Amino acid sequence: MSDDPRDPAAGGAVDSVGGTVHEPSDAAAPSRFSRRRALGLAGAGVAAAGAVAVGGFAVARDDDAPAERVAAGHGAIPFRGRHQAGIVTPAQDRLHFASFDVTATSRDELVDLLQRWTAAAARMTRGEGAGPFGAVDGPYPAPPDDTGEALGLPPSGLTLTFGFGPTLFTTAEGDDRFGLAGSRPAGLIDLPHFPGDNLDPLRSGGDLCVQACANDPQVAVHAIRNLARIAFGSASIRWSQLGFGRTSSTSTQQVTARNLFGFKDGTANLKAEDPDAVARHVWVHRDDDPDARWLADGSFLVARRISMRIETWDRTSLQEQEAIIGRDKGEGAPLSGGTEFTPLDLDVEGGTGPLIPMRAHVRLTHPSQNDGVELLRRGYNFTDGSDGLGRLDAGLFFLAYVRDPVTQYVPMQNKIARDDVLSEYLQHTGSALYAVPPGVQDAGGFLGETLLG
Amino acid sequence: MRRPLIALAGALLLLAPLSACTDNGDDQAASKGGSSGKLEVTSTADECELSTDEAPSGNLQFAVTNDGDEVTEFYLLGDDGLRIVGEVENIGPGLTRDLVVQAPPGDYFTACKPGMVGEGIRAPFTVTDSGEDLEQSGEVQDLIDTATAQYAAYVRDQTDQLVTKTQEFADLYVAGDDDAARDLYAPARVHWERVEPVAESFGDLDPRLDLREADLEEGQEWTGWHRIEKDLWPPAEGEEGAPYTAATDEERQELADQLVADTEELHERVADLEYGPDQLGNGAKELLDEVATGKVTGEEEAWSHTDLWDFQANVDGARIAFEDLRPVLDEKDPDLADTLETRFDELQELLDQYKEGEDGFVLYTELTEDQVRELADAVNALSEPLSQLTAAVVL
Repeated sequence: MSDDPRDPAAGGAVDSVGGTVHEPSDAAAPSRFSRRRALGLAGAGVAAAGAVAVGGFAVARDDDAPAERVAAGHGAIPFRGRHQAGIVTPAQDRLHFASFDVTATSRDELVDLLQRWTAAAARMTRGEGAGPFGAVDGPYPAPPDDTGEALGLPPSGLTLTFGFGPTLFTTAEGDDRFGLAGSRPAGLIDLPHFPGDNLDPLRSGGDLCVQACANDPQVAVHAIRNLARIAFGSASIRWSQLGFGRTSSTSTQQVTARNLFGFKDGTANLKAEDPDAVARHVWVHRDDDPDARWLADGSFLVARRISMRIETWDRTSLQEQEAIIGRDKGEGAPLSGGTEFTPLDLDVEGGTGPLIPMRAHVRLTHPSQNDGVELLRRGYNFTDGSDGLGRLDAGLFFLAYVRDPVTQYVPMQNKIARDDVLSEYLQHTGSALYAVPPGVQDAGGFLGETLLG
Repeated sequence: MRRPLIALAGALLLLAPLSACTDNGDDQAASKGGSSGKLEVTSTADECELSTDEAPSGNLQFAVTNDGDEVTEFYLLGDDGLRIVGEVENIGPGLTRDLVVQAPPGDYFTACKPGMVGEGIRAPFTVTDSGEDLEQSGEVQDLIDTATAQYAAYVRDQTDQLVTKTQEFADLYVAGDDDAARDLYAPARVHWERVEPVAESFGDLDPRLDLREADLEEGQEWTGWHRIEKDLWPPAEGEEGAPYTAATDEERQELADQLVADTEELHERVADLEYGPDQLGNGAKELLDEVATGKVTGEEEAWSHTDLWDFQANVDGARIAFEDLRPVLDEKDPDLADTLETRFDELQELLDQYKEGEDGFVLYTELTEDQVRELADAVNALSEPLSQLTAAVVL
């Protein structure tokens, strides 16, 4: 199933390794193993069943790539695989996220868009231009088929992850534009109003989404820009969000980053190195929804723009900040003791009640308090200028991948919106839910072909 | 709405004669100058090891590390071995928490209490004379006691008035005298908004009385002030919140009865409450948070647009807390006291511009963007120094 990446005509990368789960049958050919070993990935254990590559160090785009280029963050993440990349891929540092309204009126046009996007995505994640010519190698009378700002930049760990919103299947008025209404997954609901929501409809919803993550913001922006250009005539950008710093680790190899409250964020996240948990909580299984088997090996993406009231938070005493979160600020250890990765002890008592207060964030979100629910989070810090009231418009662009939003996201969000003291410092200002199709595996395939092919 | 965590825990912290203790790591030691750096304490099941058994008088900062398996505590005790000069509790295994305490020269004991029980592991500790001038501890404690007693009286008085005006409002609403009810809505709520952090600390009452429509969970029953607000100022067709069906007479009676009953419940619970100085300080900070997040944005009173009444009331409550604590603050940090007075005055000057009638205000919707921006800046200018009030008073 794998193509030799040295052959430009093959047009494809090796089957996806960076951060995806492998079945034994996906075992790769020996030539790739030796290259990977040469790049110092011998310890990655990719041959074992269910093993996952760490650090996103996939094969570099071309054989001449010096070893340094594949060093932390510069390398390419293969686009193809059983699952889309950018989910369990170790969270890159930057985000550009875009939601689109489809303006195409026929199913054929929609398929054509997805095919063109697939081809462009495969190229850009290899560090190439969006089109076959590239930014400067096309004919002079024609506009370049790539916009050029990523020229000379390494692939930078770029992943492009695509999703389908509820309105692609049925519009708000109930129209079935593309004959897809019968295939709408049961989990692709209209999210309810949660307590305290102040959603801007212009920052919510969308027929299609693209999550571009990379370690260089220019690469992420370049990708969205070129996909938007390719989409002219078939889809238009509804809203987009830049994220400047990751807040979640999706691999145990990553240092936990801090969110804009100054606290480590993502300590207790689902990690790529636990493929059983990922399979249980993230990947849709074939039998989850008989009317939507096309989504098998895909997932659901909850995207919530969470504005943070950083000014009032910054005035809150250190003691209260720690009590609200349930961890100490410096190390990120639970207040029940230990170090950052020590599991929470929700029962240990101090002199005045449990060490982790009853309404602390980490208690209310703990799986034991939510019927065992876990989410794979990979959100990003954002700051979008100011709010006109002398305050920064800053917060967390929350991204979470789940197998079933109805059981995994809705009850927990209701609970924390209602009970979590942290919610006093938050306001959800944008919201969207998408079904994320499985990965593209064949050279001629396209995203969404299990639904539309 | 959900602030009880620290406010009530604060009430249980023992207030030592010298100064209240805190487990908040702080640079007070450095800023006061001339005091020792951090004193390290390591607490295990059998030992309470200190980096030194002597320190010069002034602000002492102990960094207590729990190297044992049980939750531990650390105390600085007076020379009788009983009087608690400062304490830090709830130190989980593996964590380090700080205790900052002001200590005049004399003999003391340190004690670690792994497992939080028993006499603890004790050792003598000496504070030598650094020559630094420390305030009279007894006096400050008296001032604090006066401040908190005054504040408690204020809260009781406001809830007394709230009960009276709420009953009046409820009667008008039930009688269908909507104009009069609308006129009384904001003036009645002033008494709620002045003491909002105290009211909010009752996690069961606050949702019944003060939830906005946007705060509801799907399917949750909506009661309280804002439910009635929407009925008295119903949205027109095409406006947000429309279409709206007016409450029936029966529903009005139910809502009014519940409003009165819940307010009386609040009144009862408030009657015996006592407060620590940190609750006054934190309460003042929280009142300004309320302004910043709901009133300056016009989100609180979505139908009546009477946000400026609430705004003024929140500022009133914060100001009372400040004024009650002023004698203490004048002793401990007179510069902060002056800054706060200036900022309160500046904010009040701005608010005065929007007054109408005897105690009323223009509607929020009449403000221009520039005016709202000006108010927001003044709120920020006051809120920053106000957030220092608690630490200034308790440390």
